[in-house]
Amino acid sequence: MTPPLLELASVSKTYPGVKALDRVDLRVERGEVLALIGENGAGKSTLMKILGGVVEPSEGAIRIDGSPHRALTVAGSMAAGIAFVHQELNLFDNLDVAANVMIGREPVFAGPFKLIDRAALAAKVTPLLQRLGVDFDADTPVARLSLAQRQLVEIAKALSLEARIVIMDEPTSSLTASETARLLKVIAELRAGGVAVIFISHRLVEVEHCADRVVVLRDGAVVGELERAEIDHDAMIRMMIGRDLKSLHVPAERAPGGAVLEIAGFRTPAHAEHPLDLTLRTGEILGMAGLVGAGRTELARAIFGIDRPLGGALSLDGRSIAIASPRDAIDHGIFLVPEDRKRSGLVLDFSVTENVSLANLKAFAAGLIVRRRAERRNADERRAALDIRTASVDTLVGTLSGGNQQKVVLAKWLSMTPRVVIFDEPTRGIDVGSKSEIYKLMRSLADAGVAVLMISSDMEEVVGVSDRIVVMREGRIAGFLERSEFSEENVMRLAVGLRDLQQAEAVSC
Amino acid sequence: MLKKDLGLLVLILVVGLVVSILNPRFLSPINLGNTANLIGLFGLFSIGAGIVIITGGIDLSVGSVFALLGVVYIDLLVGWQVSWWLATIVVVLGGVVIGAIHGFLITRLHLQPFIVTLCGLLIYRGIARYYTNDGTAGFEYGQSFPTLEWLTAGRTLGVPHSFIMFVVVAAVMGLVLHRSVFGRYLFAVGKNEEAARYSGIRTERVVAAAYIISGGLAGLSAIYLAMYTRSISPASHGNFYELYGIAAAVLGGCSLRGGEGSILGIVLGAILLQILQNLVNLLGIPSSLNFAVMGGVILIGVVADQQLTRLRERRARR
Repeated sequence: MTPPLLELASVSKTYPGVKALDRVDLRVERGEVLALIGENGAGKSTLMKILGGVVEPSEGAIRIDGSPHRALTVAGSMAAGIAFVHQELNLFDNLDVAANVMIGREPVFAGPFKLIDRAALAAKVTPLLQRLGVDFDADTPVARLSLAQRQLVEIAKALSLEARIVIMDEPTSSLTASETARLLKVIAELRAGGVAVIFISHRLVEVEHCADRVVVLRDGAVVGELERAEIDHDAMIRMMIGRDLKSLHVPAERAPGGAVLEIAGFRTPAHAEHPLDLTLRTGEILGMAGLVGAGRTELARAIFGIDRPLGGALSLDGRSIAIASPRDAIDHGIFLVPEDRKRSGLVLDFSVTENVSLANLKAFAAGLIVRRRAERRNADERRAALDIRTASVDTLVGTLSGGNQQKVVLAKWLSMTPRVVIFDEPTRGIDVGSKSEIYKLMRSLADAGVAVLMISSDMEEVVGVSDRIVVMREGRIAGFLERSEFSEENVMRLAVGLRDLQQAEAVSC
Repeated sequence: MLKKDLGLLVLILVVGLVVSILNPRFLSPINLGNTANLIGLFGLFSIGAGIVIITGGIDLSVGSVFALLGVVYIDLLVGWQVSWWLATIVVVLGGVVIGAIHGFLITRLHLQPFIVTLCGLLIYRGIARYYTNDGTAGFEYGQSFPTLEWLTAGRTLGVPHSFIMFVVVAAVMGLVLHRSVFGRYLFAVGKNEEAARYSGIRTERVVAAAYIISGGLAGLSAIYLAMYTRSISPASHGNFYELYGIAAAVLGGCSLRGGEGSILGIVLGAILLQILQNLVNLLGIPSSLNFAVMGGVILIGVVADQQLTRLRERRARR
């Protein structure tokens, strides 16, 4: 019997005061899709860093093709055929696809001048792209590609390195349903070609779809393993959190009330030809589904005053309002929890306190001077109320986990009095435990009479959390669904249009 | 941040100690007074340079602003016989207006700060030279402004008033930068402009205000420098001074990437720069090597700082 492609035996990693990994055993076979799941902080990233050669294990052994290694180096990991497709993509968007795939390994000619042989470059890259079935060419600039397409470029890069193990860290977190379907298909093809895939994801539906085996990590240790036949949603959740997760949907305390924010004839710069009408009601979580690029984020940005709308009117509680900047929106109690929290939601080098008070600093100031004690007291209160897990409110936000960072963004807005809160992909890259806390929070906001708009590409979330769903397609509103009509299929039907749906189904793996 | 400032203070004390051992005249009241005067003159606009750098920008124009506003100031006093306080207000306001123009071009027309202020550097120098027909602007024989001279070039108990002005401005700006709402916004914009905007901060105004402060301090400095040199040849007056300001700010811990820096650091940076200049004179190093010594020390300081940070991070990771 041939030894497994990759085997970790009793690998531990200890940081001062923390045991990040505790005697982890892991085995990856050729042509296998291994899903690695666990809450944030369960040790997945540390494990991946060890495989990438970035971090040295404190104890244990790594065996590749049966030959033992004490630790891997970055070069050693690459030589062993381990390739990463990162959560944050590492591409040069000023270069074209071929240049990115072959970066550092460009075919050259003209001897010492080392001119790039563009024809040879394209000849090497094109077959890889064909193998992945992509809809762009080797000479397409990366800047013009969508996030999903960029991910395929990363995968092509892994293939060009003759990777035998491709590690994908949250590959679908920014993809739409049909893009995800295509990625899953690519994974199936990789598997068929004998490549092993380690798939890290919070989206259990996808794990269910494509994994041959699931390994569950909790608190740095492997707590369970499921074979293909045993993989099921509830079993995974139970293992991850060590308890049963209640259904996502928390029913509203009362029926939705009157209109809070009315959007009439709104035209965003991205989809100027389609005026939008939408009403956000008090006490209701309105889920907004749609493919990436359907105009959801653009609508949120325009409402919040980041982009100037080209036309249309907003009225809050029946009174017409004008929003020219985020300041105006905030002054009216309209808040946005942005899609990219690290870029738009937080100042990562600021402390928790400084982030929490940033939007409302004048409330903590006497004249022009910030009253730091009041500011800190507020942060401490928010930290307790939202259960933000941090040693102190003086901790820099950049060092917190994704779930806790998102709670800091929320704490910033909850320090004020919200009327309308727009959540854009509120739980992207967040562990299951924090997710349910965020859902609970949305519900309590709605119950307190706030209008909640939740933009989400996570189907499970849209169907599970919303009281009503609005679906956008190509810049217009494709339709509304009431709770009795909720199903993933109905949402998909509106999001892609009926004809495209059949195509999307044909590619799922 | 505090650790960095402390390191700089230790460096100043060590350099001071070494120089005073090699040449005891370093600690003579005359030398200390003169050095303090220069620290005050150069420190004033270094604070402006630092504030702009904290937003992630740069102000290259101040040296030329000194030439332009300096000749205007002397012309107001000598040619137009305007009362000194009115002339002072006009010149400081002139600096504010120049800063406001820079701020407008950078935040409204979205031009790069480097380009805007580089063009400023060229334009103001050119206008200053044209204004005086490339001649030297100076006071007439026997002309004197006792109050103005006392305020700018005078001394109290041996402490030059330029230095006192610098300390006062530094204290006020320290309060603004480290304790006020505006200061917090300034750091937020420097660290992550987008997140600042999403938090409702009017980032354009914050950035523009930084250039206005820099311009205003340049206007104030122009007066102190004019009263120090007493005559201005616009082709050379204030040449390279913008780089002194930037050097002091960077030495004091301001990162050109924005979002980092402190007033205390800038003050210490300005002090160290002048001690280095003084050292060149006192130790008999050829004065032509002046810039080379400054550049060398800054380079060593930045390299040492980076290595120490890396060491600390590596230790933290283990």
